[in-house]
Amino acid sequence: MSATRAATPPHTSRRADGAGPDGARRGSTLRRHAGLAVIAALLLVAASYNLEPFRNFQLATVAAYLCATAGLTILTGLNGQLSLGHGALMATGAYTVALCQNAFADAGMTGGWLLPVSLGAAVVAALAVGAVVGVAAARLRGPYLAGVTLAVAVVVPALAVTFDGVFNGEQGLAVPVEPPPAFLGVYFPYERWQLWVTAAATLLALVLLANLVRSRYGRTFRAVRDDEVAARLAGIHVARTQVIAFVVSAAGAGLGGALLAVLAQSVSPGAFSLTLSLFLLMAVVVGGLGSLTGAAWGAVLLVALPDLTHAVTEQLTLSPAVAQRVEGNLPLAIFGITLVVVMIAAPGGVQGLLSRLARAVSARRPGRRRP
Amino acid sequence: MDRFVFLTLDGLSRGAVLAAFALALVLIWRAARIVNFAQGAMAVATAYVAYSVSAATGSYWLGFLAALVAGLLLGAAVDLVVMRFVDHASPLNPVIVALGLVLLIQAVLGMAYGSEFLPAGTPFSRNPLTVGGAAVLSPYDLFVFAAVAVVVVGLAWTFTRTAVGLRMRAAAFAPEVSRLLGVNVGGMLTLGWALASGVGALAGMLVIPTELGLHPHAMDLVFVSAFTAAVVGGLDSPPGAVVGGLAVGLLLSYVSGYAGSDLTPLAVLVLLLAVLLIRPGGLFAPVAARRV
Repeated sequence: MSATRAATPPHTSRRADGAGPDGARRGSTLRRHAGLAVIAALLLVAASYNLEPFRNFQLATVAAYLCATAGLTILTGLNGQLSLGHGALMATGAYTVALCQNAFADAGMTGGWLLPVSLGAAVVAALAVGAVVGVAAARLRGPYLAGVTLAVAVVVPALAVTFDGVFNGEQGLAVPVEPPPAFLGVYFPYERWQLWVTAAATLLALVLLANLVRSRYGRTFRAVRDDEVAARLAGIHVARTQVIAFVVSAAGAGLGGALLAVLAQSVSPGAFSLTLSLFLLMAVVVGGLGSLTGAAWGAVLLVALPDLTHAVTEQLTLSPAVAQRVEGNLPLAIFGITLVVVMIAAPGGVQGLLSRLARAVSARRPGRRRP
Repeated sequence: MDRFVFLTLDGLSRGAVLAAFALALVLIWRAARIVNFAQGAMAVATAYVAYSVSAATGSYWLGFLAALVAGLLLGAAVDLVVMRFVDHASPLNPVIVALGLVLLIQAVLGMAYGSEFLPAGTPFSRNPLTVGGAAVLSPYDLFVFAAVAVVVVGLAWTFTRTAVGLRMRAAAFAPEVSRLLGVNVGGMLTLGWALASGVGALAGMLVIPTELGLHPHAMDLVFVSAFTAAVVGGLDSPPGAVVGGLAVGLLLSYVSGYAGSDLTPLAVLVLLLAVLLIRPGGLFAPVAARRV
């Protein structure tokens, strides 16, 4: 197997689409995605002025989750590799941001550029961990890969307790974050600033990921997912493609975890348990595997569903102890049932249903063809 | 030297439980080509059943029996209600569905019993007996060995010596041909799930008292260890699962005895990665040509 790999010249696939109509389209794709991102940014800024602070914070949390779900949907949906370890990769990003911010604070440094630097470091750390796991993952298939990533998800939070000199055990670390810059005014709500920061980082990541999905890399991801042998015959380096997909996905998860840590202003191993990894998987499956819009639906669901169950349990008259149990676990139960039902009944997820609906509507209207 | 002997025996006792749990994984893998990631959560659920029955009747053994019966029923139910309807076109689908079951089962347990650690009783003392001044096995460890041995021998006998075992193997090996020959393939699959889940329930009952206690997440790390054991032995090989289980148990015992118990999860991960990267089919797998 390795012999065929070595014999495959690395540049064969590049020739296929360097020229031709794809090359001409790439610029417009970038422009379209950038345009969408600008529109989304304007909408978010408008929303941030009209929503109460708590909703702003929730939107910011959605944005942070979206980074991770977008990364996971690229890996699982587009490349066909299942990862249960993305919670651990988020923890990598979160702890990196915490360590960086603490180091900056200890050194007495201040300035608006510190947070982007820390976030960048978080992405780099997640990239590195993702590369290590990805190299192993590229050799594994199906349940074996799921088992290894499951082990990563269980083991990595435990490391925070093992090396508690650095990570401070179960208590975790505080993440010092600077207040909004002074030119925004003294009374600028902190939550609005949080939304702006996370949304900016997320939109940037999404534009990059959306372009990647449309690029040659996106096509090779899909080719490898659909048929490895055919992909290899077409000159695609399968193992390298899988590692790249894992690394990109890990970067998304790392950024998501880092943003969550910045939002919560603390990190602890309890926040990055196996359940978080399963939540992310649930989000991308229910949203619709392989589509970034689906990842957005999933991220919204991750934040909205606990809120909804909280509202429901408040309506019921339960004793405080029971109410606490139900409130903590009902979202999990609903996530679990949703995951099973969606997987059996509608494998396309929310986005699959929506695009089926859209296709049905556009089929009714003669003369309109979808691109 | 005493310490080494003690750690070895302790490791074998841990390993026996992991072997039983790995055997449950191997059973389902052979029957349905599914790695049941919900095995741990299902075993915890049956342990909670045992807890309730024991609390109501005051008898450990009634609870033990209830856990085994609940395990059989739960396994059959999971197959009949959920797994049968999963599209097996992609190997990801059953895994994702099983993970949904994990979330669901753990949430239901959390709602019913709360997320505190509950004490799990043992039928025999866990204080080690001393032979010639050295601490060796406890009566509970002997009970674990006996229970796992009964299960292993019983399964081996069922699969190799009985008509049902033959039908189950045939249904897994060549479903279409078996159906033509009059084997109830679906029924055999359900039976396989029930048996595996029953074995998993037994393993859960045996391992939970030796850990922190009863908790919805009590089996998370045990599942990872047992999966590693199954992979070490090769997912297709029941004897491999037993040997793998004992090997992983020994490793866990030595690492926690000589290097600190905090490092055991890391040791499991390293072993799992090493086996998968060096010999992905497991130590007992025949060398196979790559499937295309």
